[in-house]
Amino acid sequence: MKTQEKVLDVKGLRVSFFTDEGEVPAVDDIDFYVREGEVLGIVGESGCGKSVTSLSVMGLIPNPPGKIIGGEIKLNGEELTTASEKRMRQIRGNEVAMIFQEPMTSLNPLFTIGSQLMDAMLIHKMGNKKQAKQRSIEMLKLVGLPRAEEMMSDYPHQLSGGMRQRVMIAMAMVCNPRLLIADEPTTALDVTIQAQILKLMRDLNEKMNTAIMMITHDLGVVAETCERIVVMYAGKVVETGPAVEIFKDPQHPYTRGLIQSVPDMRYKKQRLYSIPGNVPKPGSIKQGCRFADRCEFAFDRCRQEDPPLYKTAEGHSTRCFLFDEKEETVHDNRNTVKS
Amino acid sequence: MTTETLLRVENLKKHFPIRGGVLGKEIGSVKAVEGVSFEVKKGETLGIVGESGCGKSTTGRMLLRLIEPTDGKIYFEDQDVTELSTSDMRKLRRDMQMVFQDPFASLNPRHTVEKILEEPLKVHGIGTPKERKQKVRELLEIVGLSSYHAKRYPHQFSGGQRQRIGIARALMTQPKLIIADEPVSALDVSIQAQVLNLMQDLQKEFQLTYIVIAHDLGVVRHISDRVGVMYLGRMAELTESEKMYDKPLHPYTQALLSAVPIPDPLYEKDSIVLEGDIPSPSNPPSGCAFHTRCPYKMDVCTQKVPELREHEPGHYVACHLYTEEGSAAGQNKQLPEEGKHE
Repeated sequence: MKTQEKVLDVKGLRVSFFTDEGEVPAVDDIDFYVREGEVLGIVGESGCGKSVTSLSVMGLIPNPPGKIIGGEIKLNGEELTTASEKRMRQIRGNEVAMIFQEPMTSLNPLFTIGSQLMDAMLIHKMGNKKQAKQRSIEMLKLVGLPRAEEMMSDYPHQLSGGMRQRVMIAMAMVCNPRLLIADEPTTALDVTIQAQILKLMRDLNEKMNTAIMMITHDLGVVAETCERIVVMYAGKVVETGPAVEIFKDPQHPYTRGLIQSVPDMRYKKQRLYSIPGNVPKPGSIKQGCRFADRCEFAFDRCRQEDPPLYKTAEGHSTRCFLFDEKEETVHDNRNTVKS
Repeated sequence: MTTETLLRVENLKKHFPIRGGVLGKEIGSVKAVEGVSFEVKKGETLGIVGESGCGKSTTGRMLLRLIEPTDGKIYFEDQDVTELSTSDMRKLRRDMQMVFQDPFASLNPRHTVEKILEEPLKVHGIGTPKERKQKVRELLEIVGLSSYHAKRYPHQFSGGQRQRIGIARALMTQPKLIIADEPVSALDVSIQAQVLNLMQDLQKEFQLTYIVIAHDLGVVRHISDRVGVMYLGRMAELTESEKMYDKPLHPYTQALLSAVPIPDPLYEKDSIVLEGDIPSPSNPPSGCAFHTRCPYKMDVCTQKVPELREHEPGHYVACHLYTEEGSAAGQNKQLPEEGKHE
């Protein structure tokens, strides 16, 4: 069941890191939302701010040096940026849960799977020990682990990578959160195991109606799991829209370049398209569009002004001057981008 | 591309001992590579794919004898590499170079780029200091960097640029064969495409032969002429890249290909989601190592190891579905549908 209700609504979020070299903006004025029961993909390359965004939602930005310096994060209508640490503890793992890339380092090696699973429920007072145990076993079965009862007394090192990631998912789902944040959940896994985990996440999304915010650099994973996409580049949202539209008709030159640079296993291309230049370091570009230096359509205005998000279709917007209706001069360019 | 064979590998094996007990006796072994044979022709690119622990990296390193093979033969231009002395091997490495996965770990942080690139020439006693410096600058330009980068240190470069330095280093001695172990897996997508294009350009310019070891099937298809799929230390299938992707024969290859996420939300695929995990190479299953996860398992699979044989011209597969014993035993077994992944 999908409603229009927003589980998570982020507006104007700014996160900066204060280092010896001064303030480094990692996330710079981003807006996005996640609807109830939907799967949202946040895509971008290293340093684009996608992980910082997810950590901000969880209230896990290391402070110092990091700090949320502006904007709002509303989870089920509740403002998180001003919430106390005590309240955050109640929210984390309960209303919003997170799974990480590296399942080995996210589990405590000194405790059994069972005790780590039950902890989450006991902390959130979801029942007594017996009920917690019962529910933990149920969750292990739900995520497709065989011999769930015995696994309760296993230690993380006894499990394989794929099994550990399943345990992480079970742990995240144990309090039945409305939003699950998955930060590169399959990057460390082999392809056949990745397929299993992605299938599991899709199933859980359907069965439990948990909204998922999937953070990844892998366009294949996004195409396979997400309904809507947010593309980030150098701390900004450059394009957002339905997955089908973005893959079919990418509008921002960066999105377009990114999709074209992926070697698609179905066809053999003679030569891959490649975006020139390097991924900029956070905070290195102060003026104009962050992508202007690498963009083949860039013109003077791109280097001086920061483009706003232009709405190009229902639910689809792009941060690029090529889509400014007032820009007469760029009409030719725009046609090239679209073609 | 010629039909001349540059490298031939016969029944290559590597068993790593597991030591244990009070006296550190050998109590078992990890059979990382268990009898791999293949040929590489001059000017071609052979891709080797497989999941973690399948032995693809160990195989790559054995070719240069960075890891000593337990058994088997490696012929480079009809010279048996496994028989060479250490000093002869060092000379041969002029012709066989390696590009590593991690561009952060494979460059010495205390050396300038110039020193890093000059090193292979010094080791092999090539050229005068002046010529060597000239060569360093030339190669930096060739791999898409600038000659003024020579005085910089690795930390001043991005991941993609570092990988270019790694490639330049491999090219310094003008090798014939380059073994690239996951050359782009640590890079961002937009940078990955740049490095792959560079590798293809260099191959044309210097008539290089590549062995590219990778886990990303898209990358391997893009760059390879022929592809070998490894599973638990053995070659499961080996053929031309087009055939492998259009008409995979081995059930593992089929599952592997169907597991790859396709960057197109409208694409509908038959996904074969394999059950279970990759078994441990220290205790591999009997018979065909894949039988624990194979949807077409027959009795013979648990008993006998299938050999890699030529099913069609140039298409090698190690699976009982394609052997006489297998087809006799599994008369009523349905053969996996072919050509699913068009």
